[in-house]
Amino acid sequence: MRAVSIIGIGQTPVAEHWSRSLRDLAVEATRAAIRDAGVERIDALFVGNMASGLLCQQENIATLIADHAGLRGIEAIKVEAACASGGAVVRAAQLAVASGAHEVVVAVGVEKMTDMGIDGVTSALATAADADYEAAQGVTFTALNALLMRLYMERYGYRRADFAPFVLAAHENARRNPNAMFREPVTVEDFLESPMVADPISILDSAPICDGAAAVVLCPTARAREFAQHPVRILASATATDTIALAPRKDPLWFDAAYASAHRAYEQANLSPEDINFFELHDAFTIVSALSLEAACFAERGQGVWFALDCNIHRGGKLPVCTQGGLKARGHPVGASGTYQIVEAVQQLRGEAGENQLPDCQVGMAQSIGGMASVAVTHILGV
Amino acid sequence: MGRAPGRLLRTAQPVGISSYGAYIPLWRIRTDAIAACWGAERRRVPIRAKAVPGPDEDTTTMCIEAARNALRRVSVPPAEIRAVWVGTESKPYAVKPSSTVVAEALGLTPYVSAADMEFACKAGSEAMQAAIAYVGSGMARYALAIGMDTAQSRPGDSLEYTAGAGGAAFLFGSAADSAAQVEASLSFVTDTPDFFRHAHQHYPQHGQRFTGEMAYFHHSLNAARTLLAELGRTPADYRWAVFHQPNPKFVQRLARQLGFTQDQIQPGFLVPLIGNTYAGSSLLGLAAVLDVAEPGDRILFTSYGSGAGSDALSLVVTARILDCRDGVPCVRDYIERKQEISDYGVYLRLMRKIHRE
Amino acid sequence: MDLPRYHRLRSTFYRLEASRCAACGEIHFPPRDLCLACGSPANESLPLNGHGRIVSFTRLWQPACGFHDLAGGVTALIELEEGVKVTAQLTDVSPEDVAVGQEVEMVVRRLLSDSERGPIVYGYKFRPVLKTHQAAEVT
Repeated sequence: MRAVSIIGIGQTPVAEHWSRSLRDLAVEATRAAIRDAGVERIDALFVGNMASGLLCQQENIATLIADHAGLRGIEAIKVEAACASGGAVVRAAQLAVASGAHEVVVAVGVEKMTDMGIDGVTSALATAADADYEAAQGVTFTALNALLMRLYMERYGYRRADFAPFVLAAHENARRNPNAMFREPVTVEDFLESPMVADPISILDSAPICDGAAAVVLCPTARAREFAQHPVRILASATATDTIALAPRKDPLWFDAAYASAHRAYEQANLSPEDINFFELHDAFTIVSALSLEAACFAERGQGVWFALDCNIHRGGKLPVCTQGGLKARGHPVGASGTYQIVEAVQQLRGEAGENQLPDCQVGMAQSIGGMASVAVTHILGV
Repeated sequence: MGRAPGRLLRTAQPVGISSYGAYIPLWRIRTDAIAACWGAERRRVPIRAKAVPGPDEDTTTMCIEAARNALRRVSVPPAEIRAVWVGTESKPYAVKPSSTVVAEALGLTPYVSAADMEFACKAGSEAMQAAIAYVGSGMARYALAIGMDTAQSRPGDSLEYTAGAGGAAFLFGSAADSAAQVEASLSFVTDTPDFFRHAHQHYPQHGQRFTGEMAYFHHSLNAARTLLAELGRTPADYRWAVFHQPNPKFVQRLARQLGFTQDQIQPGFLVPLIGNTYAGSSLLGLAAVLDVAEPGDRILFTSYGSGAGSDALSLVVTARILDCRDGVPCVRDYIERKQEISDYGVYLRLMRKIHRE
Repeated sequence: MDLPRYHRLRSTFYRLEASRCAACGEIHFPPRDLCLACGSPANESLPLNGHGRIVSFTRLWQPACGFHDLAGGVTALIELEEGVKVTAQLTDVSPEDVAVGQEVEMVVRRLLSDSERGPIVYGYKFRPVLKTHQAAEVT
């Protein structure tokens, strides 16, 4: 299989886009990425999305977007992996180019969540869990993560306040990202006073409901310089799964899918955690941030929260995370987040991250997690 | 055996209660909270608190627990329980049996008879009569009868102070290995419109004082007196008596009129603690008596249901009662497990009289 | 819930029926065809006794569609005596009285708040173990 590079990126701001539909957002990001790549011809379109059927009463959205983005006629397929759809779509596009099936391909992640009321969205998100043994019991996504957060706090002796650094760091970076949903800073007091959603998870522990689309254009690395001045190489692209439900796992606090996908990615890229300069992790909830750091072997078991408390995750720290605000503050249009992570990683590696630019970064990791960490897609990108 | 003279109902083969189980929900509403809402005089309120179901409970869920308790006391092969009858006036579905859910939950399907019965507060003892007949005729080795209700009362009506939730399940089998043998039974039924609910009405109507002498007393007295007379017995021959319990005063007056003492009715006298559990009332009282009865005790059981009628049973407790009391909660355990609500609004929400859409 | 789906769920929802692997003895709830531990067929049926302890719990403030009664109620991860875990609602308990390690037992209750559309869905929940007089006397 041949090496693949990213030659174009595009994104919409993340917001409650009352005036823009799913197709509007996806077309905008797709056209922006194609313009950025400077390509004339696209061979295939992959669309990452979790719940367009439930949230917008629209399936067949790869056809829809190809149609409206001026790409009618090409191969177009939807890719779904719950909240990891945005990462999975890049994986699918990467496979299409790596295999030799296509030359130039667009992957766009899109989600439109705000047309429906909160309980409808909660139900739609719960379809990522076990429908018969979690959703049917009234267990929501937030509730599942809350079970983990309490268990983690009891096992390792943390307090709620200890999780604040994840939120503060994300919001601090989002202030400097013009596409981010939340641009105001957040303090520890804000965090501690934030109302509970499913305790101990508060509103400020959780990523918001919002709309957005992000897209990348891929081509074989050997041809990348025909199109782009600063192509970014995909050094690794790997997916792994775990049980769909939480209860069958021997240790609920171990994200086996995140571990296996990161491990496969390190092997593909012939790298180890020390080589990673920044990590776009899946901070849907603060507990997921902590457990992701442990699963990707940046922190020991039980030390994920301590790693953040020890000032490692801020800009300037040992391993900056969520460099443009993450799911928490840039926003989490669920099926698109994984693609936003990759777009932002490319910005960093190209030197185009504006006020959030990290100095001297060579290698970045992006990990998109779906369901109750039941699927994980990890990409490692490098210059 | 053979047909006895008179009105007694006797089975071809002797039948007894092999096991039993009760259920009362956790929640209690204090009646002074109800009185306070409606501006009623507190000292005229007949009881202090009544049992009410939680928002995730209904007659079916309550039957499942009572029946599970009954099955846990004995080891009867599920395939030998050939009928499940549920008597209630608060069926969760207007059409679809609760008894099939109970049968499925207990693993008794598919070779089983099942039905829901209605005869107001006597529906539970109807189920008992049917189970006695199934076993007594030799059709089945075991049959399960349950009386259970989540009595719904109209807000502001006098019955709101007493309409409660609870009931009990009885597993009938051969008398030879039962905990209490059925000596005989009798049903006394007339068409008497003392209390009824139309199909599309949410709450029942009742005839106020008409429900006393012409209904409750007429049928309970006749059923009990005829049973005693035909058996050649008097109240002194019985250690215990259990009646349908709409309120404390009716029960005590009935007992006095029949010649039973307060001591004889005391263990089964539950209405002051949990209210009138309708189709579960006399059955729950019987379960409470069985919890304390000793081998050789005789029990007179007389139910009452509006519409109207009474079933009277004469029972003799056997030595096996001592074997089947362990391991499951008794009526006293359920009575003592309680959480009181003193806010009428919270009570309305629990009873689903007010709810979010 | 759609009728055929509810019909398929009766044995697990009403009776907590698990599956056991004939080769290695691993128990699975919900039941599976293939053993998660060794990959062999795992379809021996085994009803669980419903007794367990709370591993973790949360108080839910934002319920999903059809569960509005759950607002303020408790969801828990429970480890059953047979060694399997289950996520379920708790019932008959005030949220303030719930603790990790608490002993609970299975009861059948209504799962959904809305009962007018579709069937009434009955299924397992857990409550603190009901104290019996015999148990108290023994201790």
